[in-house]
Amino acid sequence: MSFNNLDQLYRQVIMDHYKTPRNKGALEEDSVNIEMNNPTCGDRIQLTLQVEDGIVKDAKFDGEGCSISMASASMMTQAVKGKDVDTALKLSGIFSDMMLGKEYDDSVDLGDIEALQGVSKFPARIKCATLAWKAMEKGVHEEEKS
Amino acid sequence: MNPEIKSHFPILNQEVNGHPLVYLDSAATSQKPTPVIAALKEYYEFDNSNVHRGVHTLGNRATEKYEGAREKVQQFINASSTQEIVFLRGTTTAINLVAQSYGRANVEEGDEIVITYMEHHSNIIPWQQLAKERGAVLKYIELEEDGTISLENVRAAITDRTKIVSMVYVSNVLGTMNPVKEVAKIAHEHGAVMMVDGAQAAPHLKIDVQDLDCDFFAFSGHKMVGPTGIGVLYGKKHLLEAMEPVEFGGEMIDFVGLYDSTWKELPWKFEGGTPIIAGAVGLAAAIDFLQEIGLDEIEKHEHHMAALAMDKMGAIEGLEIYGPKDPAKRAGIVTFNLKEVHPHDVATVLDMSGIAVRAGHHCAQPLMKWLDVTATARASFYLYNDESDIDRLVEGLRSAKEYFSDVF
Repeated sequence: MSFNNLDQLYRQVIMDHYKTPRNKGALEEDSVNIEMNNPTCGDRIQLTLQVEDGIVKDAKFDGEGCSISMASASMMTQAVKGKDVDTALKLSGIFSDMMLGKEYDDSVDLGDIEALQGVSKFPARIKCATLAWKAMEKGVHEEEKS
Repeated sequence: MNPEIKSHFPILNQEVNGHPLVYLDSAATSQKPTPVIAALKEYYEFDNSNVHRGVHTLGNRATEKYEGAREKVQQFINASSTQEIVFLRGTTTAINLVAQSYGRANVEEGDEIVITYMEHHSNIIPWQQLAKERGAVLKYIELEEDGTISLENVRAAITDRTKIVSMVYVSNVLGTMNPVKEVAKIAHEHGAVMMVDGAQAAPHLKIDVQDLDCDFFAFSGHKMVGPTGIGVLYGKKHLLEAMEPVEFGGEMIDFVGLYDSTWKELPWKFEGGTPIIAGAVGLAAAIDFLQEIGLDEIEKHEHHMAALAMDKMGAIEGLEIYGPKDPAKRAGIVTFNLKEVHPHDVATVLDMSGIAVRAGHHCAQPLMKWLDVTATARASFYLYNDESDIDRLVEGLRSAKEYFSDVF
């Protein structure tokens, strides 16, 4: 059976991140430690960030979930590492627009994240892709508050 | 099973993602046959009115249909009186009612509530909340390795401090059919009441609440070819009579004073507000539909489907099936995982082939923990599924396996 439509979802770069996730594990010295679940399906992510002087110095994740959620977490940590908090949040906004199938700001180089664009065609899987980004946003906001 | 049954379910006659739909998610909710849809339409087009009030003709017709549905349900589960049949939103609402009304009045500090590891969240959390509020102990009956329950473990868990035992009749994950009749007997020996979560049982087995001798039995219409939003709480009359309502307002009152009120008699004291009239009418039509085919026939068909599915799915290398290996011990529910492919990914690939299965924790997180998995995929069969659906599933699973071995 051919699955042309599936190939839009399971792009090679996504499967690569799933198979060999970047930044997997937990930071020893974190300033932010967030656990987030997807209550309907059991996906779970534990995100540790090290935020200093408004910069995400380091990011790691751990967790369990499907290929999309884990690949997205891997890509997210890669994307925000070294960026200032505003940029990280901006990326998150762009990613959210991309998932909702809206026009998104393409002036920013999204790198591997762009590969997740096909997820927007699979409504049931959007929440898999956004879990890690939501965790990051929550973490950054908590850091700002403290 | 008559192959024509499928033709009574209009929704099944469609293509999904370019393939004829194979619906294998009936444990989540079942599809609706033409007579049920027609009964709802007819009710709204000709009879719609509020019940138990007013003198006009439509009001009488609506009341007759609503109360007629109650009689139908009474016969369906062999309750001794319509006063024992309370219409509610579904199984969840029914269990919550028992926990909040019977539970609050009868469970004291140090008392025990006994459930099992295979409960749906709706038969866990109401008891957790009650136990926390009353300072009671929530106990779990251990499962056997194959996901069944032994009476030995039941006896070990239930003591003279046990006030309530609540157990699922048919597991929504493992498909296990539990010996609720025997468990009720043990509960009664210790002076406890027995509540049965019948959400996955009522659609598939003949239910006889008097034979089971359970004190409370809950089920939902939408899982048994009826509409969403209607469910039933059966309770023994003397228990319901002693219980306080948990929802107050119109419809459930007898006399309302400025500072005090009295309640209607059973079962209406538990049905505050305008009841789920159309839902009850649809449920009655669903019961007619199921009884015309015969619950024994449906149960037989499901055992057959489970046996065949387990056999054919079991032949796929790397596919693990959870729950009892003996198909006679389970209903038409087969929960599984494909090695190295996450169940979400399996479900997406199947969906692209027009096959609907469930993936996730199936609202049974403690059971997932017991199985030591974070999520599983589940195929559930009902009266409208046939052997060709199993073949399509198996073919889909093989493609999923192939697809992911290619991309990996």
